[in-house]
Amino acid sequence: MIFETVLITALCILMLAILANLYRVVKGPSSADRVIALDSVGINLIASIAVFSVLLHTHAFFDLILLIGILSFIGTIAFARFIERGVVIERKR
Amino acid sequence: MSGSGEVIGAILILIGAIFSLISAIGNVRLPDVYTRSHAASKSSTLGVLCALVGTLLYFLITDGFFSIRLILGIFFVFLTAPVAAHVICRAAYRHKVPLAEQSAQDELKDYYREKEILKAEEKANFVTDQVK
Repeated sequence: MIFETVLITALCILMLAILANLYRVVKGPSSADRVIALDSVGINLIASIAVFSVLLHTHAFFDLILLIGILSFIGTIAFARFIERGVVIERKR
Repeated sequence: MSGSGEVIGAILILIGAIFSLISAIGNVRLPDVYTRSHAASKSSTLGVLCALVGTLLYFLITDGFFSIRLILGIFFVFLTAPVAAHVICRAAYRHKVPLAEQSAQDELKDYYREKEILKAEEKANFVTDQVK
Protein backbone atom coordinates (compact mmCIF):
# COMPACT_ATOMS: atom_id res chain seq x y z
CA MET A 1 0.00 0.00 0.00
CA ILE A 2 2.78 2.42 0.97
CA PHE A 3 4.72 1.18 -2.07
CA GLU A 4 1.92 2.15 -4.47
CA THR A 5 1.56 5.53 -2.76
CA VAL A 6 5.27 6.23 -3.19
CA LEU A 7 5.11 5.23 -6.86
CA ILE A 8 2.10 7.46 -7.53
CA THR A 9 3.85 10.32 -5.74
CA ALA A 10 6.88 9.79 -7.99
CA LEU A 11 4.62 9.83 -11.06
CA CYS A 12 3.06 13.13 -9.89
CA ILE A 13 6.52 14.64 -9.36
CA LEU A 14 7.56 13.53 -12.85
CA MET A 15 4.38 15.06 -14.25
CA LEU A 16 5.23 18.36 -12.55
CA ALA A 17 8.71 18.19 -14.10
CA ILE A 18 7.23 17.57 -17.55
CA LEU A 19 4.86 20.52 -17.10
CA ALA A 20 7.75 22.79 -16.09
CA ASN A 21 9.69 21.69 -19.16
CA LEU A 22 6.64 22.32 -21.35
CA TYR A 23 6.53 25.88 -20.00
CA ARG A 24 10.08 26.29 -21.28
CA VAL A 25 9.09 24.73 -24.62
CA VAL A 26 6.33 27.31 -25.05
CA LYS A 27 8.21 30.34 -23.77
CA GLY A 28 11.85 29.67 -24.73
CA PRO A 29 13.40 32.65 -26.52
CA SER A 30 15.52 30.68 -28.96
CA SER A 31 14.81 27.39 -30.70
CA ALA A 32 17.76 25.73 -28.93
CA ASP A 33 15.91 26.30 -25.64
CA ARG A 34 12.89 24.51 -27.03
CA VAL A 35 14.94 21.57 -28.27
CA ILE A 36 16.71 21.19 -24.92
CA ALA A 37 13.39 21.28 -23.08
CA LEU A 38 11.88 18.71 -25.48
CA ASP A 39 14.85 16.41 -24.93
CA SER A 40 14.32 16.78 -21.19
CA VAL A 41 10.62 15.94 -21.64
CA GLY A 42 11.63 12.76 -23.47
CA ILE A 43 13.98 11.74 -20.66
CA ASN A 44 11.29 12.39 -18.05
CA LEU A 45 8.91 10.30 -20.14
CA ILE A 46 11.37 7.40 -20.02
CA ALA A 47 11.53 7.65 -16.22
CA SER A 48 7.74 7.77 -15.93
CA ILE A 49 7.39 4.69 -18.16
CA ALA A 50 9.77 2.83 -15.85
CA VAL A 51 7.75 3.88 -12.79
CA PHE A 52 4.55 2.90 -14.57
CA SER A 53 5.85 -0.58 -15.38
CA VAL A 54 6.79 -1.07 -11.71
CA LEU A 55 3.31 0.12 -10.70
CA LEU A 56 1.56 -2.33 -13.05
CA HIS A 57 4.18 -5.04 -12.32
CA THR A 58 4.68 -5.93 -15.97
CA HIS A 59 7.70 -6.33 -18.27
CA ALA A 60 5.85 -5.21 -21.38
CA PHE A 61 6.96 -1.58 -21.42
CA PHE A 62 10.72 -2.06 -21.40
CA ASP A 63 10.88 -1.93 -25.18
CA LEU A 64 9.25 1.48 -25.09
CA ILE A 65 12.06 2.81 -22.89
CA LEU A 66 14.64 1.91 -25.54
CA LEU A 67 12.41 3.17 -28.35
CA ILE A 68 11.69 6.57 -26.81
CA GLY A 69 15.34 6.98 -25.85
CA ILE A 70 16.53 6.35 -29.40
CA LEU A 71 13.82 8.51 -31.00
CA SER A 72 14.45 11.41 -28.63
CA PHE A 73 18.20 11.28 -29.33
CA ILE A 74 17.74 11.18 -33.10
CA GLY A 75 15.23 14.03 -32.94
CA THR A 76 17.62 16.17 -30.91
CA ILE A 77 20.50 15.51 -33.33
CA ALA A 78 18.31 16.34 -36.32
CA PHE A 79 17.11 19.58 -34.72
CA ALA A 80 20.68 20.54 -33.85
CA ARG A 81 21.81 20.05 -37.44
CA PHE A 82 18.81 22.05 -38.63
CA ILE A 83 19.61 24.94 -36.30
CA GLU A 84 23.30 24.87 -37.20
CA ARG A 85 23.19 24.53 -40.98
CA GLY A 86 19.62 25.07 -42.10
CA VAL A 87 19.29 21.55 -43.54
CA VAL A 88 19.02 18.14 -41.91
CA ILE A 89 20.54 15.97 -44.66
CA GLU A 90 23.25 17.46 -46.82
CA ARG A 91 23.28 16.28 -50.41
CA LYS A 92 26.74 17.33 -51.49
CA ARG A 93 29.76 18.68 -49.63
CA MET B 1 12.45 -11.03 0.50
CA SER B 2 10.00 -9.10 -1.65
CA GLY B 3 9.78 -6.35 0.98
CA SER B 4 13.43 -5.36 0.58
CA GLY B 5 13.03 -5.13 -3.20
CA GLU B 6 10.05 -2.84 -2.78
CA VAL B 7 11.92 -0.61 -0.33
CA ILE B 8 15.03 -0.30 -2.54
CA GLY B 9 12.98 0.28 -5.69
CA ALA B 10 10.75 2.86 -4.05
CA ILE B 11 13.67 4.82 -2.60
CA LEU B 12 15.60 4.89 -5.89
CA ILE B 13 12.52 5.83 -7.91
CA LEU B 14 11.63 8.63 -5.51
CA ILE B 15 15.21 9.99 -5.63
CA GLY B 16 15.11 9.88 -9.42
CA ALA B 17 11.78 11.72 -9.57
CA ILE B 18 13.04 14.43 -7.21
CA PHE B 19 16.18 14.87 -9.32
CA SER B 20 14.01 15.24 -12.42
CA LEU B 21 11.92 17.90 -10.68
CA ILE B 22 15.07 19.79 -9.62
CA SER B 23 16.34 19.68 -13.19
CA ALA B 24 13.01 21.00 -14.48
CA ILE B 25 13.10 23.86 -11.96
CA GLY B 26 16.61 24.69 -13.14
CA ASN B 27 15.37 24.55 -16.72
CA VAL B 28 12.70 27.14 -15.92
CA ARG B 29 14.70 29.48 -13.71
CA LEU B 30 18.19 29.74 -15.23
CA PRO B 31 18.82 32.78 -17.43
CA ASP B 32 20.58 31.39 -20.49
CA VAL B 33 20.40 28.58 -23.03
CA TYR B 34 23.85 27.25 -22.02
CA THR B 35 23.16 27.21 -18.29
CA ARG B 36 19.78 25.68 -18.99
CA SER B 37 21.34 22.84 -20.94
CA HIS B 38 23.71 22.40 -18.00
CA ALA B 39 20.71 21.82 -15.72
CA ALA B 40 18.67 19.82 -18.21
CA SER B 41 21.33 17.33 -19.29
CA LYS B 42 23.23 16.50 -16.12
CA SER B 43 20.66 16.24 -13.36
CA SER B 44 18.00 14.90 -15.70
CA THR B 45 20.33 12.07 -16.73
CA LEU B 46 21.05 11.29 -13.09
CA GLY B 47 17.33 11.27 -12.31
CA VAL B 48 16.37 8.90 -15.12
CA LEU B 49 19.35 6.70 -14.23
CA CYS B 50 18.16 6.42 -10.62
CA ALA B 51 14.61 5.59 -11.73
CA LEU B 52 15.75 2.92 -14.21
CA VAL B 53 18.18 1.33 -11.73
CA GLY B 54 15.36 1.25 -9.16
CA THR B 55 13.10 -0.51 -11.67
CA LEU B 56 15.85 -3.00 -12.53
CA LEU B 57 16.57 -3.81 -8.88
CA TYR B 58 12.86 -4.11 -8.08
CA PHE B 59 12.29 -6.68 -10.82
CA LEU B 60 15.57 -8.44 -9.99
CA ILE B 61 14.77 -8.85 -6.31
CA THR B 62 11.02 -9.56 -6.42
CA ASP B 63 10.80 -11.68 -9.60
CA GLY B 64 14.39 -12.76 -10.15
CA PHE B 65 13.97 -11.27 -13.64
CA PHE B 66 17.09 -9.59 -15.04
CA SER B 67 16.07 -7.40 -17.97
CA ILE B 68 18.70 -6.97 -20.67
CA ARG B 69 16.46 -4.43 -22.39
CA LEU B 70 16.46 -2.24 -19.31
CA ILE B 71 20.27 -2.47 -19.09
CA LEU B 72 20.44 -1.44 -22.75
CA GLY B 73 18.11 1.50 -22.06
CA ILE B 74 20.24 2.65 -19.10
CA PHE B 75 23.41 2.35 -21.17
CA PHE B 76 21.88 4.20 -24.11
CA VAL B 77 20.48 7.07 -22.07
CA PHE B 78 23.74 7.41 -20.17
CA LEU B 79 25.64 7.51 -23.46
CA THR B 80 23.43 9.80 -25.52
CA ALA B 81 22.14 12.50 -23.16
CA PRO B 82 25.51 14.32 -22.79
CA VAL B 83 26.18 13.98 -26.52
CA ALA B 84 22.82 15.52 -27.35
CA ALA B 85 23.38 18.39 -24.91
CA HIS B 86 26.82 19.08 -26.37
CA VAL B 87 25.56 19.05 -29.96
CA ILE B 88 22.64 21.36 -29.25
CA CYS B 89 24.86 23.79 -27.31
CA ARG B 90 27.34 23.92 -30.19
CA ALA B 91 24.50 24.57 -32.62
CA ALA B 92 23.19 27.36 -30.38
CA TYR B 93 26.62 28.99 -30.18
CA ARG B 94 27.16 28.83 -33.91
CA HIS B 95 23.69 30.26 -34.42
CA LYS B 96 24.83 33.20 -32.23
CA VAL B 97 22.34 32.76 -29.41
CA PRO B 98 23.38 35.47 -26.92
CA LEU B 99 24.85 34.65 -23.52
CA ALA B 100 23.26 36.00 -20.35
CA GLU B 101 24.32 39.49 -19.26
CA GLN B 102 25.96 38.30 -16.05
CA SER B 103 28.16 35.67 -17.70
CA ALA B 104 31.80 36.39 -16.95
CA GLN B 105 33.75 35.32 -20.03
CA ASP B 106 33.33 33.88 -23.50
CA GLU B 107 36.46 32.06 -24.61
CA LEU B 108 35.12 30.90 -27.96
CA LYS B 109 34.39 34.43 -29.15
CA ASP B 110 37.88 35.21 -30.53
CA TYR B 111 38.22 31.73 -31.99
CA TYR B 112 35.11 32.00 -34.11
CA ARG B 113 35.88 35.57 -35.13
CA GLU B 114 39.34 34.52 -36.39
CA LYS B 115 37.77 31.64 -38.24
CA GLU B 116 35.29 33.96 -39.96
CA ILE B 117 38.06 36.40 -40.95
CA LEU B 118 40.10 33.49 -42.35
CA LYS B 119 37.14 32.29 -44.37
CA ALA B 120 36.53 35.79 -45.78
CA GLU B 121 40.21 36.09 -46.76
CA GLU B 122 40.11 32.74 -48.51
CA LYS B 123 37.06 33.84 -50.44
CA ALA B 124 38.76 37.13 -51.44
CA ASN B 125 41.90 35.27 -52.57
CA PHE B 126 39.78 32.90 -54.61
CA VAL B 127 38.03 35.81 -56.31
CA THR B 128 41.35 37.55 -57.14
CA ASP B 129 42.76 34.30 -58.54
CA GLN B 130 39.74 33.97 -60.74
CA VAL B 131 40.21 37.52 -61.98
CA LYS B 132 43.88 36.85 -62.80
